[in-house]
Amino acid sequence: MASVSVRRLAVSFGHVKVIENLDLEVEEGEFIVLLGPSGCGKSTLLNTIAGLIDIEAGQVWISGKNVTWTEPKDRGIGMVFQSYALYPRMTVQQNLSFGLRMAGVPRAEIEARVAKAAKLLQLEDLLRRRPAELSGGQRQRVAIGRALVRNVDVFLFDEPLSNLDAKLRNELRVEIKKLHRDLGNTMIYVTHDQIEALTLADRIAVMRNGVIQQLATPQDVYHRPKNQFVAGFIGSPTMNFLTGRLILGAAGPTLDLGSVSIDLSAYGFARQSSDVPAVLGVRPEHIDLGAASPGHFAANGKVEIVEPMGADMIVWSRIADTPVRIRVDGDSAFRNGDDIAFHFDLARASLFDAQSGERL
Amino acid sequence: MSALAELGPASGAAEPAGPKPKRLTAGRLGLYAFLIIAALFFLLPFYVMVITSLKPMSEIRYGNLFGWPAAPTIAAWLKAWASACTGVTCNGIEVGFFNSMKILIPSVILSIAIGAVTGYALSFWRPRGANVLFAVLLLGAFMPYQVFLYPLVRVFSMIYLYSTLICIVIVHTIFGLPVMTLLFRNFYAGIPIDLFKAARVDGGAFWSIFLQLIIPMSTPILIVAVILQITGIWNDFLFGLVFAGRENMPMTVQLNNIVNTTTGEREYNVNMAATILTALVPLVVYFISGRWFVRGIAAGAVKG
Ligand SMILES: Nc1ncnc2c1ncn2[C@@H]1O[C@H](COP(=O)(O)OP(=O)(O)OP(=O)(O)O)[C@@H](O)[C@H]1O
Ligand SMILES: [Mg+2]
Repeated sequence: MASVSVRRLAVSFGHVKVIENLDLEVEEGEFIVLLGPSGCGKSTLLNTIAGLIDIEAGQVWISGKNVTWTEPKDRGIGMVFQSYALYPRMTVQQNLSFGLRMAGVPRAEIEARVAKAAKLLQLEDLLRRRPAELSGGQRQRVAIGRALVRNVDVFLFDEPLSNLDAKLRNELRVEIKKLHRDLGNTMIYVTHDQIEALTLADRIAVMRNGVIQQLATPQDVYHRPKNQFVAGFIGSPTMNFLTGRLILGAAGPTLDLGSVSIDLSAYGFARQSSDVPAVLGVRPEHIDLGAASPGHFAANGKVEIVEPMGADMIVWSRIADTPVRIRVDGDSAFRNGDDIAFHFDLARASLFDAQSGERL
Repeated sequence: MSALAELGPASGAAEPAGPKPKRLTAGRLGLYAFLIIAALFFLLPFYVMVITSLKPMSEIRYGNLFGWPAAPTIAAWLKAWASACTGVTCNGIEVGFFNSMKILIPSVILSIAIGAVTGYALSFWRPRGANVLFAVLLLGAFMPYQVFLYPLVRVFSMIYLYSTLICIVIVHTIFGLPVMTLLFRNFYAGIPIDLFKAARVDGGAFWSIFLQLIIPMSTPILIVAVILQITGIWNDFLFGLVFAGRENMPMTVQLNNIVNTTTGEREYNVNMAATILTALVPLVVYFISGRWFVRGIAAGAVKG
C-alpha cells in the first residue's frame, strides 16, 4: 500500500501554473527526496501534501485515505520548515508540546512524548530556552522534534538543512538518516543539494518546472539519467556533453563529432533510434588516463587547466574541440600543456537525443 | 600589554586607536540650538497655563502673564474639578472625566480587539474577498468622517440607541476600525507565513492560533494601538457632542462648556486648570509609553 500518493495534481497561483498533472507514489517507510533547481515547485508540492495550499485539480492520498479536502492537522503528517518556523514566544518545551496541547492530549502523555523526543534529539538541556537563545543546529533539532512528538505516519521536510553551515549540515544529515532508520516513517524531503539527495534517499524525484523528470534510486539517477537535464543536474563536477550526430551504419552505431567518430557498439541503447543529432554524456570520473583498454574510446589531448579539489583533481582537456573534465587522483602532478592520453568505457556513458533530451 | 597601552588615546599619538573622540561640530551645535528652541516653543504656553492656574483672579487681573504667582493656590483646580459651571449645572469637570472614562475603556478595548482579529484574518487566512474588504477599509481610513454624521444619527434614532453610551461606543469602534485593521494587518504581514503554516499543521484553529501564537507576538503593535486609540477617543469632541447624549457628555465637551460660559467674569485660572486636567490622560499615557510607542512605530515601519 502506498503511504503517500499524489494523483493528477494541478496547482496554480493566479494565472501561473506551477504544477500540472503530477503523479507521485511513495511507498510506506520510504525516504523520498524531491530534488530540483530553485523555483521548480518542490515546496509547492510539499505544501499541497500537507494541505497548506489549495489545489486546482487532482487528489492526495495518505495512508490509504483520500485527504484532498482534509485539514492539515488531520492528515497524519508532521512538517519541518525551511525557516524552522519555531514559535518565538514559547520555550522549546512549549514549542514541542503545542501540537499535543491543541489536540487535547492528556498532560502526562504530553510530558512523556516531549521527554522522549527531547532525548532522541538531545534537547533535554534546552527545554526551558526560547528559540532566540538557540544555535541554528539546535533550532533545527527543535523543528524536527515538533514533528516527531505528534506520532505521525509521514514526515515532510522542506530544505531543513539549507540555512546551516557545511559542517553542521553534514552532521545533521547523518542524524536524519539515523532517525529514519530508527523510526521507519515515510519521509518526503525537499532539497536542492544533490549530495543530500544522493546520501539520504531511497528514491530521488528530480523535478523541473513542476514536472518530475525521473523518479528512481540514487544509483539509477546518477548512472542512468533519463534525460539530459537530470544528467546535467546531478553530479559535481558536471557531466561532459559531446554533441554530434548518431549514425547507425553497417559497422554498428557511431557518434560523429566532425573530426572524430566514437564507436557506440558497447553502449546499451535504451530504445530504437534513427540517425539523429545526439549528445553523449560522460562523467568526469569515468574517464581514465593512460593506454586504452579494449572496447574503450581513446583520445589524446593537452592539459588546459588543472583544478585541485583536495581528494581529487579536475583536469581539463579536449575531445574534438569540446572541453572535457577528467577527474584524477588528488596528488597527481599535471601542468598546463602536458600531453595526456585518456579513454572511457561507453557502457558507462549516456546518450541523449539532442532535440528532446531523452535518453537513447 | 604595554605595547597596547602605548597605542591608547592617552598617549596622545597621532595614530588613531580605541574609541573615536567626539567633537562638537557646527552641525551638532545647530542641532542642539534647534532642539532647545523647539522645546521652548512648546513649553512656554504650558508654563503660562500652569502658573496662571495657580494664581487667584486678583493677581491675573494685574496682568503679569509670565510672572511667578505671589501666593500660589490650588483653589482654581478644586473649583475646576468639582464646582465649575458647565451650563446649568455646577458640578465641575469631574462628571466629564468619569463620562470620558466610561466611553474610553469599552471603545478602546472593542476597536483594538476587532481590528486585531480582522487584521489577523486578512493577512493569514485570506478569505474570499479579502482584497475588496481591504480596499474598503483603506477608503474608510481616509474618508472625512463628517460625511457619516447625519446618516448615523438617523440610523441610531431608528433603532432607539441615539444619545446613549452604547451609541457613542459603537461610533468610536466603527471609526477606529479602519486604522486599527490596517495597523494590525501591516504588522502581521511582517510575520513569516511559515509560522502560521506550522501552527496549522500542529492543529491550531482560527482562535487558538490567534490567541496562543499571534497575540503574544503582537505586544509592540498592541501598545501603539492603545496609545493611538486612547488619545484619539479621549480628545474627541464632535462624536461625543453628537452621539453621547446629555448624560454622557465627555470631558472635552464639558471643558468647552466651562470655558465658554458667558455669565459673569471669565475665570482664566479655572479655565486653565480645567484644560490641563482634560489633557492629563493622553499626557500620562504618552509619558508612560512613549518609549514603546517609538519602538512600535519603528518595528512596524521596518516590517512594512
Ligand atoms: N504564493 C505564491 N504566489 C505566486 N507564485 C508563487 C507563490 N509561491 C510560489 N510561487 C511560484 O511557484 C513556483 C514554485 O515555487 P516553489 O516555492 O514551490 O519553488 P521551490 O522549488 O520550493 O524553490 P526553492 O528551492 O527556491 O525553495 C515559483 O516559480 C514561484 O515563483
Ligand atoms: Mg522551496
